[in-house]
Amino acid sequence: MNARFQTGNVLATYGVVFTLIAVILFGYLRYDNFLGSFNILSVLRYNSMFAMVSLGMCFVIMTGGIDLSVGSVAALCSVVAAYASPYGLVPGLTAGLAAGLIAGTLNGLIVTRLRIMPFIATLGTMLAASGTALLLAQNQSVSVSYESGFVDLGQGNLLGLPVPALIAAAAYFLGSVFLNLTSTGRTVLAIGGNEDAARLMGLPVARVTFLVYLVSGGCAGLAGVILAAQFGAGQPIEGVGWELFAIAAVVVGGTLLTGGAGSVATTLAGVLLLGVLFTILNFENGKGWITLSAYWQSVIRGVFLLAVVLLQAKLTGRVETQDLEPVSNVDVGPK
Amino acid sequence: MSGGVFLSRYGTVLALLALIAFNLAVTPNFATLQTLNVNLTQVCTIVIVGVGMTLVIATGGIDLSVGSLMAISGALAPMIFMGKLFELGSIYASVALAIIVAITAATLLGAFNGWLIARFRIQPIVATLVLFIAGRGIAQVMTNGNLQVFKVPEFQVIGLGRVFGLPVQVIVMTLIVVVAAWVLRRTIFGRQVLAVGGNERAARLSGIPTSRIKIAVYAISGALAGVAGLIVIAINSASDANLVGMGMELDAIAAVAVGGTLLTGGRATIIGTLIGALTIQLVRYTLLANGVPDAAALVVKAAIIIVAVWLQQRGQAI
Amino acid sequence: MSISLLSMQNITKTFGGIAALSNASLNVEQGEVHALIGQNGAGKSTLIKVLTGYHRKTSGMVSFEGHPFEVASPRAAQEAGISTIYQEINLVPQRSLTENICLGREKRRFGLLDWPAMRAEARRLLAGFNLDLNVDRPLSQFSTATQQMVAIARAVGFSSRLVIMDEPTSSLDDREAQVLFSVIRGLKEKGVSVLFVSHRLDELYQVCDRVTIMRDGQTVRVANMADITKMELVSTMLGRDVARVAGRSTGFGLAANAPGKTVLQANALSDGRSARRVDISVASGEIVGLAGLLGAGRSETAKLIFGDVHAKGGQMQFLGQSFVPRQPIDAIKAGIGFCTEDRKIEGIVPDMSVADNMMLALRPALGRSGIVDEMRSREIAAKFIKQLGIKCTGPDQKIRELSGGNQQKVLLARWLAMSPKLLLLDEPTRGVDVGAKDEIQKLIRSLADQGLAVLMISSELEEVVEGANRVFVLREGLSVAEINRAELTEDRVLAAMANGSQT
Repeated sequence: MNARFQTGNVLATYGVVFTLIAVILFGYLRYDNFLGSFNILSVLRYNSMFAMVSLGMCFVIMTGGIDLSVGSVAALCSVVAAYASPYGLVPGLTAGLAAGLIAGTLNGLIVTRLRIMPFIATLGTMLAASGTALLLAQNQSVSVSYESGFVDLGQGNLLGLPVPALIAAAAYFLGSVFLNLTSTGRTVLAIGGNEDAARLMGLPVARVTFLVYLVSGGCAGLAGVILAAQFGAGQPIEGVGWELFAIAAVVVGGTLLTGGAGSVATTLAGVLLLGVLFTILNFENGKGWITLSAYWQSVIRGVFLLAVVLLQAKLTGRVETQDLEPVSNVDVGPK
Repeated sequence: MSGGVFLSRYGTVLALLALIAFNLAVTPNFATLQTLNVNLTQVCTIVIVGVGMTLVIATGGIDLSVGSLMAISGALAPMIFMGKLFELGSIYASVALAIIVAITAATLLGAFNGWLIARFRIQPIVATLVLFIAGRGIAQVMTNGNLQVFKVPEFQVIGLGRVFGLPVQVIVMTLIVVVAAWVLRRTIFGRQVLAVGGNERAARLSGIPTSRIKIAVYAISGALAGVAGLIVIAINSASDANLVGMGMELDAIAAVAVGGTLLTGGRATIIGTLIGALTIQLVRYTLLANGVPDAAALVVKAAIIIVAVWLQQRGQAI
Repeated sequence: MSISLLSMQNITKTFGGIAALSNASLNVEQGEVHALIGQNGAGKSTLIKVLTGYHRKTSGMVSFEGHPFEVASPRAAQEAGISTIYQEINLVPQRSLTENICLGREKRRFGLLDWPAMRAEARRLLAGFNLDLNVDRPLSQFSTATQQMVAIARAVGFSSRLVIMDEPTSSLDDREAQVLFSVIRGLKEKGVSVLFVSHRLDELYQVCDRVTIMRDGQTVRVANMADITKMELVSTMLGRDVARVAGRSTGFGLAANAPGKTVLQANALSDGRSARRVDISVASGEIVGLAGLLGAGRSETAKLIFGDVHAKGGQMQFLGQSFVPRQPIDAIKAGIGFCTEDRKIEGIVPDMSVADNMMLALRPALGRSGIVDEMRSREIAAKFIKQLGIKCTGPDQKIRELSGGNQQKVLLARWLAMSPKLLLLDEPTRGVDVGAKDEIQKLIRSLADQGLAVLMISSELEEVVEGANRVFVLREGLSVAEINRAELTEDRVLAAMANGSQT
């Protein structure tokens, strides 16, 4: 049984990586230029914002929480960064990041001090951030300065690679180091695994819980900066639904929504998988054999999520089978 | 009853009364039928979806898919009554069929949510996330993302018609609220819903079919989302799968939370959800009517949600 | 030679007005293995949690290593030199053994975690238990026994002055327990003290120096293990003198009728874990007692009969027919009611009214086409409130506002309303005040006299001995004795519980 469990675990953890490779291989064999540098770079550039919010989300989910505010916080930060963009790249970046950290602090305080469940706490912050963004931007997009170099954060290349993708890569690297090589990172997982046990083990539960919301806010802030730089404007109404797509990416990436297990690297794979599926759809339509509208991507993403969730339920379910009610309602009373 | 308990139990009602009093004093032309109708019309889909959400939350769950189910129902109905799929002789027959098919589809999808949750023990938030994502995609695929514009008065009566000066959708909303409140208070099903949310273990040991109850509440939530989707497209004379029901899940959850339903399950009030939705709506209206931008209203709404839930938790602790 | 390490004096702890500890005391000397025993609810766990800072004491004095001692969190206690292994394994199942052992005192290099050193540390500590395991695998992949060993290794690794073990052996087999004992002896040699909580009496004699016995939140006796017999231990724990005074002290009267025909017959029943081979039978009109120490498989037996847990082995006959309940509703339909041990977790729906709680199981039979028959359910509720003497403001009061005894009566009414043929009662009078206890006991007897078959699980010996027509004794999941009315004495039951004597 242990061997089987082991296989199951590997599948749950790295299944997304295998799937990603398989999908890329499929694309490579089927379409010309699928692995052309233009395609690769535009996929990376476009998905770096989602990668950032998903990174923050994955830490929050590892503690067993949730952060619904990432999308509107990113929108708010894009506006703030756009206003600061005339002063240069660094001020724009700093301002956007700071706005994100403030939102994260708010979430962290509401969750740890007021002890309001994360779902509601971050729902509140989501509305507040969205309102603030609209107020600051006076209900329209805020153009960024093209002279200060700020737009390089979204549109530039460094060593032939898109800058936003490099930012995301750096963030994932740091995130991975944080999770795997610091005691705080391990505490994140311990809290999600069993919060009471973590407290009895003497771990600083409240402090680390606060920290993950702060980190998630910071990641959303960077996503907002990239958003503003990439599209040349602060966008107060962007980010709707990002939070739920980030959750999907995290779940597809094998992080348990109940907390306690997960990985930064496979979260990235989850983001890329959801992104590449969209590209495949474009290429397939380009071939002209079938015409699937772009809308199929949500359906396919949903089906992917369903498959992953069912797989997880099957793998983790065995622990709880004892309490499971039988499927049938056959009356087996005395005959 | 201590002050804290009182505030946590009746805080929302007090806030609503205070808002009405404030508006009577400050806002011009507040006490008119038109103001009432404007507010009720705007709030009615949130209330209808909120009723289903209340039942779901009463069992300790949550339903994120309602907005997407609204989009599906809103996409499906025009395809039928506009005769895109097939022709029926009478417009009344095809409108009736459209309504039945749209709501049935939403109900079945809701039941699917419940099945995932009851059978596989998937957390409600993830289980319903599947249809949140895929559902809107299905609606968009069905319509190819196109706007379906129509002018079918026989159908649009549910969004534009009036009876005795009251908008039809407000009457529909009132009926749903009354029936749901009655179901929750007076039927065995209602008691069992609360028992499942209040203590699932005890409910199971008392022979309550917990799985069936869960599937049922998600199916009801789906059905009501279907109804709300139809009302939205009737008002707009058009169905846009990209927009129908967008963000509805969070509006509905906010109304439920502000209304005093316990988010962990076991205690629920349909009337509370109505009052919660009205309060949020009236705050927005008050701010707008007095020249505060809509965006600022969002921030105020956020504060109301947090404060309301915090007060209820404190009331719970006392 | 004996130097006091820990001294807890006159510790009182109340939860919402109810005292879990009243003037309890505990002294542990340096390098001593000290046993702490008592029944469920005697206050052992609360005392430990007060010591480790999980609960704040209401009053009392604690000193550790000669200094006044007060910590605000388990973390602080750990830093002060007290580490704890809790009864439920308080580790993180999804994480690796290394993390579970080393989290909280990680090894670092250049500010980052030094995984090789941490793995080596984990391996070293586990080697002390003769365990050679892959320390990178998640805890959940190992057996409960191994998990318990890991918890102990974690505690030992903190180089504490005092290691608290709350029922560490409940999931260990004999061989594993022996390994644990050698570790405990090793700790003792190093001058570390161990506070050892266990219900397996034999173990206490193997490894402990002294024992503190608690009952009802108080310390009732402290003795050297060498000076106290097993019988004395059990009787002190249960609060019964071995040389028992005559007369009846419970509310059970004498049975009015002889038992009727057999209602339930179970043979070799097993859930594959706690209940291993249980034989039991209950006839109409009799109260059958099910006795045994904690962990003997009593509650599990009831859950098997009620279909809450699926049987892994054995057969049941209910009213002469084969009976295989798949879920509680099957048992309920057959005519079985079950009052669970833990009212709060498995019994009451706290936010519902007294009437609603009472009608929870009956409701579907009572309603007309799905609508609550408010009139009749109020009638029935009022009838039971009167009949059982439930103290409440009326059927509409929320059940969580009622006292424990009255909550229990409501739960009894929930099943009585179904007119069952067999009633399973798990600790029917636990946490109930004396007056209500007497009433509930009278009630149980009168129900049996009216022909109901009752299976009563109780940790209170007098309840079993005075109340039951017959008693089955379980020991470590096995039926070890069936004692008939004529031979039913506390000594007989105690002996079977303590030694498993087969008579």
